[in-house]
This record gives sequence, structure tokens and C-alpha cells, in this order.
Amino acid sequence: MHPDVVVMGAGIIGAACAQALKARGLDVLVVDRHGPASGTSAAGEGNVLVSDKEPGPELELAVVSRTLWPELAEDAEWEEKGGLVVATTPDAAEPLNAFAAKQRAAGVDACELTAAEALQQEPHLNPEITAAVHYLQDAQLNPVKATRTLLRGIRITRAEVSTTDGRSVTTKDGVISCGAVVNATGPWARSFGVNVLPRRGVVLVTTPIPGTIRHKVYDADYVGAVASGDADLQTSGVVESTQAGTVLIGSSRQRKGFDDTIESKVLKALARKAITLFPMLSGVPVMRAYGGFRPYAPDHLPIIGEDPRTPGLWHATGHEGAGVGLAPATGALLADLLTGAAPLLDPHPFRVDRPEVLV
Amino acid sequence: MKNGAGKIVVVGAGPAGMAAARTAADAGAEVTMVDSEPEAGGQYLRGRARFDHPGVTHLKNTEAWLVEDNTLHLRGPAQLRFDALIIATGAYDRPLPFPGWDGPGVITAGAAQALAKQGVTLAERVIVTGTGPFLLPVATALRDLGATLVGVYEASSPTRWLREAKAITANRHKIAELASYRKVLPHLETRTAVIAKHGDRITVAKLDRHWRPVSHRTEHADLVCVGYGFLPRTDLVPDAQRTNDFLDVDEHQRTSVENVYAAGEVTGIGGADLAEAEGVIAGAAAAHQEPPREAVEAVRRGRLFAGALARAHEVQPGWQTWLNQDTTVCRCEKVTLGNLTGATSMRELKLTSRVAMGRCQGRICARNAAELTGVPFDGQRRVIAVPIPLGELAALPEEKS
Repeated sequence: MHPDVVVMGAGIIGAACAQALKARGLDVLVVDRHGPASGTSAAGEGNVLVSDKEPGPELELAVVSRTLWPELAEDAEWEEKGGLVVATTPDAAEPLNAFAAKQRAAGVDACELTAAEALQQEPHLNPEITAAVHYLQDAQLNPVKATRTLLRGIRITRAEVSTTDGRSVTTKDGVISCGAVVNATGPWARSFGVNVLPRRGVVLVTTPIPGTIRHKVYDADYVGAVASGDADLQTSGVVESTQAGTVLIGSSRQRKGFDDTIESKVLKALARKAITLFPMLSGVPVMRAYGGFRPYAPDHLPIIGEDPRTPGLWHATGHEGAGVGLAPATGALLADLLTGAAPLLDPHPFRVDRPEVLV
Repeated sequence: MKNGAGKIVVVGAGPAGMAAARTAADAGAEVTMVDSEPEAGGQYLRGRARFDHPGVTHLKNTEAWLVEDNTLHLRGPAQLRFDALIIATGAYDRPLPFPGWDGPGVITAGAAQALAKQGVTLAERVIVTGTGPFLLPVATALRDLGATLVGVYEASSPTRWLREAKAITANRHKIAELASYRKVLPHLETRTAVIAKHGDRITVAKLDRHWRPVSHRTEHADLVCVGYGFLPRTDLVPDAQRTNDFLDVDEHQRTSVENVYAAGEVTGIGGADLAEAEGVIAGAAAAHQEPPREAVEAVRRGRLFAGALARAHEVQPGWQTWLNQDTTVCRCEKVTLGNLTGATSMRELKLTSRVAMGRCQGRICARNAAELTGVPFDGQRRVIAVPIPLGELAALPEEKS
């Protein structure tokens, strides 16, 4: 066994990298300690969003990904449901509209709606909203199915990698030598030399109420929460249905290591914010809660590129809560760089050699 | 508070919970016993228990949904602070799927018994199928209500008990109990199970020792009651160490979670007397007292019996041959055997097939789905023990009380 590339991590990012490398004719082996989509990828909502990104490199990555996903997401419950971002206070209306205007200038499909129009789109929405923007490109998929689809025809080995030198990986069962190694271990990427930290998130799941909520609907203050680096609990109302009719309620952000205890204060905050968006949810039961760890880089940009200190070791991590949305372009960019092809977008902002990233 | 025994909260008011509450209160603790039913007794003593103890506050019709540090969250919302928590939430029946099990006229043996104890007549012609001695009281209760017993089918072979002489010797009273079921014993057939139901036509098979059918016949019945052992209700302590899904406890009934004890069927299936003895030990230990010797001895004997019971009535893999590709495995999400995807973990299986993702949250189907696909059954980690409306979560107090 001497693959061209070993990809560490069988989450959505590792799967997208493996798929892109295989598409360029390389022999790829994926190594994961638990199996496909067993970490962060299965702990989110499966969002493919452009709405929550301000103009800049991450939005470019998101826009390219959004064009690649429909073809890749076969059998993965792909749904172009659209996003509806709403302001719930008078003060939040003006910044939301200004943010949408900047995004429009960068090529995002963002339509400002009146409250009446928003209520037509989402009949159960709180009528007191002060502004609304409809993002037609926002989509959703089933992240576990998408990961499996991307990994089709690619070898996967269940093992935990202890070390890598860029030309081999060492596991309990021995050393696998290879041409290059991709670190796609998400929030666990720090073990391989990049400054990625876990940022906890919790999602509530209601009993099924099919057809009640049609879009991904979230409070405009979400963008601020995403961009913050604060360690304390931050929550924002994010509400959407799945194809099974359950409603997913997020989002929370907390830096507390890999502590996965469910805290009632988080449940309370999420419930309050969801009810602010949809008052009818007050009577709907939550039947489960789950949580995960976002891979968070202190400067809030994904890390995609070769490690200048360890030739042959490539990183693809740090996508925080947007890994599903950013996966196809990340895989394509990494494969372009690794094979020496012309990159499909400017790789410089995502380089490994950033002061906040090198540890 | 006397003796520094502290505040003790008991969840569950069956034989284990009642014994724990009484013992802890007698030791001077301030005890609250929380139970979701209108009266004490649990599944076993439903409607037949009297619980009254001046030192115990009994919260009836109350569901607990989260343990957070030293606080038990109740529906309402309300919170109870505790110095020690005793989990005595019991167990529920495990059904095995077969073609037709998801249609009308099939219920769990436990549900049948609960309805029978309330005097509800369920059907004229009934079958009880499954494994374990619990089938006998269920059949007896149905018969006493006037139902015609078509058959009581025990999938295991009675000869498996011959290897358990030590457990039998220590528990002669258990064997004597069999005499009280003499009216249904003539209907008992071993190495037999219902393997399909189409309307009132029931396919009954003789099984080999792996529970693979070797021959079958047709019987007619309106109701099939199914019980292949029990699964513990342990959702309040998702992080506690467990073996085969039952909570691990030490000689003082302590779980691996600090200040949390467990008693009764959550630790293993051994009957009401074992549950009660474990409750006594948990109640005493939680109140910082040495457990009474008789209870310790009763637990020792009872565990011998529980171990023998688990071995003699262990579910055998041949049941997996009873299903067709279109047989339902998960009723909530209508997932059939053919829908179950190749997966390496329970989580992957759930998220790709939706098995165990519905209202019951896998309580009924997760274990069966794991065995059918060969993924490890990790015990389902349900962090919210019962469904709770968002409005109630939003009304939680600002700071922990």
C-alpha cells in the first residue's frame, strides 16, 4: 500500500479533498479513527450558505462551492430552500440592509423584502420583524449522505494517526508511506501543527411539524456571533426544517475545549431566540439535542495549503461552522495546489503561513 | 435536616425507588421522590402499592428531563437541588420486529400487563410471545380478564436453565413463584415464537437454539403481546458507565457519576425483590449509612439469579431471519430492513437511514437496528430524557437555582 495521498479525516472536508484528488487521477487513501462523518460533519445542519458571509475570500470560496455542490450532492437530500435573514429590533434593520447591499455588490443574490412579503414566504414568522432579506442561493443537504457520496470509490481505513512527516503517517497498525498527506481532521487539527480550536455548538430538534417552516430563517445578529472570537456563550436564532419535518434550532457558540456537557442555559437561550423568530414554536416539543465542535481558527479563515515547515503535509481545516458549505471549493483548491495546476481561486488568504495559524 | 444526610432525590416510584426513598428518609435525609405516574408502584405494582412516609415528598405526575451538576430539572419547568440522586427509573420491553409487528393487534407485553392491571379487556384471542419469566404473569393477567390464551411462546430452551444450578439453589422462592402461574403453564411452548402476522393469521414457528425457524404453523389471534427482555431507562445519566446498556454500580449502588446512585432494573433485570434490596442499599448509602446486611445478602442472591436470567434468556441472532426486506424496523420513521444502509457507527446509520430518529428516539428500534446491521450499539445518548416544549425551555430560570 503506497497511495499518492493519505487524507487524515473522513469528514466532509476530508471527503471533498479525497474526491477532488481522485478526480485528478491520484490514488487516495482516507484514514479516520471512527469512520465517515463521525465528528463535526454530522453535528451541524448541513448548510450551504452564502448569506452569512461578508464580501472577502471566504465568500468567494462559498460562492464557488455553491456552484459545485448540486452536481456532487447526488443522493444527499440537496434542497435549494433559500435563506431568510430577519432583523428583530429597530436598530438591527439598517445594518442588515447595508450588509445585504455589500453582498449584492459582490454577486450574492440578496433581495430585501417588506415584512408583509417575508410573512408570505414564512407564514408563521413573527410579524414584528423590522427587516428581511431573502437569499436565494442558500441551500441544505444531508451532510452524512453527502460525505458518503463524495467518498464513493475511495479506500477508507479505520485508524488513528499519531504522527505524520508529510511522506508517511504512523498509526497503531504501522506506517503508511505516501507521496503527500492532507490534514482534514477539523477541530482535532491542532495535533498536526495548526492553531485550530474547538468551538462548541448545540442544536435542538423538535418533533416533526412538516411544512411549517420553509426556509433557513435566522436573526441578523448571527453574522456578528460568527465573527466574534469571544469564549463566552453566544447564541443567535437560527431555525429551519429538515426533509423529515423536524425543526433544527441553533445556534450557540462557546469555547470550552472538548467538553460536551449539555447546559440548560444554552437550551434556554436557543429556545428563547427561536420563539422570537417563530412564536408558534413555543408549544412545539424538543425531542433531542445534539452538539459538536467547530474547527475554529483565530482569524476566522479556513486553512488550505502546504505546511511551509513540513513539505508534503497539506492542511484543509479551520472552516468553523461552514465546512459543509465550503467543502467542494476547498477540495478543488487543495487538489489544484497539490498537483501544481492553476488554482480556481486565489489561495493566498488561506495559506498556512499566517501568524495566528502556525503553532 | 438531621445527621447530615442531606437532600436526596429519588427518580422513579417502583419497588426500587420506594425502598430507596423510605430508607433514606429513615436515615434522616430530606427526601423527594419524583415519578411520572399518578400513583406509586411503578410498572410492577401499578395500582397496588401504598406509599406514605412522613419524611418523603412524593411528586406525582412529574417528569424529570435533565441532570445538571447537582440539579434535577423537572417538567414545569422546576428544579430540585440534591446532595445525592438515586436513579430508579426501571426498564421497558424490548420488542423484536417480524412481518406485521407494526400493524394493529401487536403490543408489548408490558403494555398488555399495564392495561390488564387497569382492567382493560384487550381482545378475545391472545398470544404472548418473547422470552423470560415475565411472559407468565402477563399471560395470567390477560387470562384472568377472560381472554382466550392461544399460546404463550418462549423462544429460548428451558434446558438453558440446567446450567444455572447455583442461581436456582440461591433463589428457590423464584421457582416457587412459578406455581402461581399454573393456570397458564399448559399453554407454554418453548423454542417457539410468532414470526409473522397477517391480520388474525399468525405464523408460529418452532425455533432451533439460535432462534432460526425450523417449522411453522398458523394460529388465529386478535392480539399478540411481544416481550424479548428489557432495556433500561437511563436517559438522565447519559455519561454514566454502563455494560450492555445497564448502569454499572459499585457495592453501594454508586454509578460512575458523582453523587448519583442507581437501583432496580436500570442496573440489570432481576425482579422486584432484587430491585427493592438495591433500593435499600442505595437509600442507605446516599444518606451516608452502612447498608443493612439483609439487603446486601438479598442483592448477592438476586444478582446470581439476574445473571442466570440474562444468560438463559439472551436474545439469539436467528430472529434476524424472521424479517423480509420490507419489514419495518423503525415504526416512527417507517424504516424497513431494506432501508438500513451499510454504516460503521450508530450515528452514521441513523443519519443515513433515519432509523431511531423519530418520536421514540430509538428506544424501541435502535438496539434491533444495530444488531441487524452489525454496528456497535453504543447505548443511545439522549441528553433530553423526555420531550419538552420550547416554551418551557425558554422559561428556565436565569441562573441555576
